[in-house]
Amino acid sequence: MSAANGMAGSTAGREADGILNMTALELGAAIRNKEVTAQQAAEAVLSQIRSSEERYHCYVTVDEEGALMQARQIQEKIDRGELTHPLAGVPVAIKDNMCTEGLLTTCSSKILYNFVPTFSSEAVLNLQRAGAVILGKTNMDEFAMGSTTETSAFGVTRNPWNPEYVPGGSSGGSAAAVASRECFYALGSDTGGSIRQPASFCGVVGLKPTYGRVSRYGLVAYGSSLDQIGPLCKDVADCAAVMEVIASYDPKDSTSVKRQDNDFTTALVEDVKGMRIGIPGDYFGEGLDPEVKKAVLEAAGVLKERGAVVEEFDLSLVEYAIPAYYTIAAAEASSNLERFDGIKYGYRTQEYEGLHNMYKKSRSEGFGAEVKRRIMLGSFVLSSGYYDAYYLKALRVKALIRKAFDEAFAKYDVILGPVAPTTAPRLGESLSDPIKMYLGDIYTIAVNLAGLPGLSMPCGRDAKGLPIGLQLIGDCFEEKKLIRMAYTYEKARGPFSREEAR
Amino acid sequence: MANIISDETIEYVGILAKLELSDEEKEQAKKDMGSMLDYIDKLGELDTENVEPMSHVFPVHNVFREDVVTNADMRDDILKNAPEEKNGMFMVPRTFE
Repeated sequence: MSAANGMAGSTAGREADGILNMTALELGAAIRNKEVTAQQAAEAVLSQIRSSEERYHCYVTVDEEGALMQARQIQEKIDRGELTHPLAGVPVAIKDNMCTEGLLTTCSSKILYNFVPTFSSEAVLNLQRAGAVILGKTNMDEFAMGSTTETSAFGVTRNPWNPEYVPGGSSGGSAAAVASRECFYALGSDTGGSIRQPASFCGVVGLKPTYGRVSRYGLVAYGSSLDQIGPLCKDVADCAAVMEVIASYDPKDSTSVKRQDNDFTTALVEDVKGMRIGIPGDYFGEGLDPEVKKAVLEAAGVLKERGAVVEEFDLSLVEYAIPAYYTIAAAEASSNLERFDGIKYGYRTQEYEGLHNMYKKSRSEGFGAEVKRRIMLGSFVLSSGYYDAYYLKALRVKALIRKAFDEAFAKYDVILGPVAPTTAPRLGESLSDPIKMYLGDIYTIAVNLAGLPGLSMPCGRDAKGLPIGLQLIGDCFEEKKLIRMAYTYEKARGPFSREEAR
Repeated sequence: MANIISDETIEYVGILAKLELSDEEKEQAKKDMGSMLDYIDKLGELDTENVEPMSHVFPVHNVFREDVVTNADMRDDILKNAPEEKNGMFMVPRTFE
């Protein structure tokens, strides 16, 4: 019997359960009002991790001691009035591709199995300045390459709604940790859907911000022109609050953009009257599961009832996004992952003959199959003779895709559609056919190519009881429109969690 | 399959990628790369004759800063991550005979 089961009947167990059911903002308020201390919150969530981690495996590293120490220090600062942020004292989980000073950062890869960064990523530092308690590092597809969290070198993560199913990926550990109450919110990263799709599969809210909104400093790069850090949360209000903390201009990231409109919580307004929603007909064609289609269109109907103007249109070029994406992402990955050479950090092979053999053997033994597949493809499309035909061609198609979105956003405030063609697949079903797995990203990938913000939130469950995700896409820097619409829909929909579903 | 990847191509890409693949991995890589390229060839359906390649979604060009050291000396901490180190330096295999 686990510790939590043993506690379930006791007062302490009920109190812990009460804490675990709070959203991040509710917990932050309870801590400010002295109803709960940061230590109690950390202890409650660590106890939850101890009891359910064996089943779900959301984390690569849990920093129990560090979390309790941070909680004590943060509580002291709150007591002295030095920390007043709404999220102060609230425990958070960080995807294992964001550097955390002194805390193992592996990207779920053997090649970084022992890497302890000497610095923290800017997004994590921003959270710490607001008083976040870092619980640990969440599991992911190796180097964020995958859609199921099954390519992790440290074992699969399971979907808390049904452990026979994948949590999605690549931020699968972050999404599953939020859904299983093993954290109050989490950071993920999204290169082709890696926040939105696991959020959809695990029934939580995920936001991929506009490219440049959140600093990528300290995020281990996969596809640098596409990567963006964002939150995975229990609800929309938490998402807005976390965005307010992590969005910042950072001179250390040359693609960081200076903005004056990072006050995302002002968009938590229950009103969509007159907002124009475009539904791309080409997102609802062949391959879309009928149950997903029905739930997403019903969500559109709810927003229409609340006064939004809903119209169908053709986005066009949808089927070209995936081939363009895999060309660009693989090319950037092959370049970014050159740094893993067995010299400065990480894995080095045991036996070798000379420098080049050491590079090759360390990399071949350190990287998993999917990572090698993409490095090979990327090296090929960038090689002389193929660069123009593949890489430059993909960049030209990217320009066309961006133009199609520009035309759509001249007419609509928000584009509404599904996050993924289906709900979560069973464990082991996806990896055998890479192209089939890549096709699962068809509705999320174009958003990264065009640099747009996209939000994923639950809008129902299928016959198997698995969550269905609704995706809202906005024009660049229009996250507030997404938050406002998502908040309005969430209020109409009512609570959605595993606890509610029981 | 339209794209047939030769042994020579896989050897060459392996050199560029600094990967040493087993014979089994090479066969798999030939198949995977062939089918991925078949799929990517779909982009050829689009006329992009007068379209400029877009590497960055915003009109941001080179971003410069003064070359000034802002971080502290963390040599010893950084070297803790090195597979091998000696006298405050990274150890690499002999590169000259």
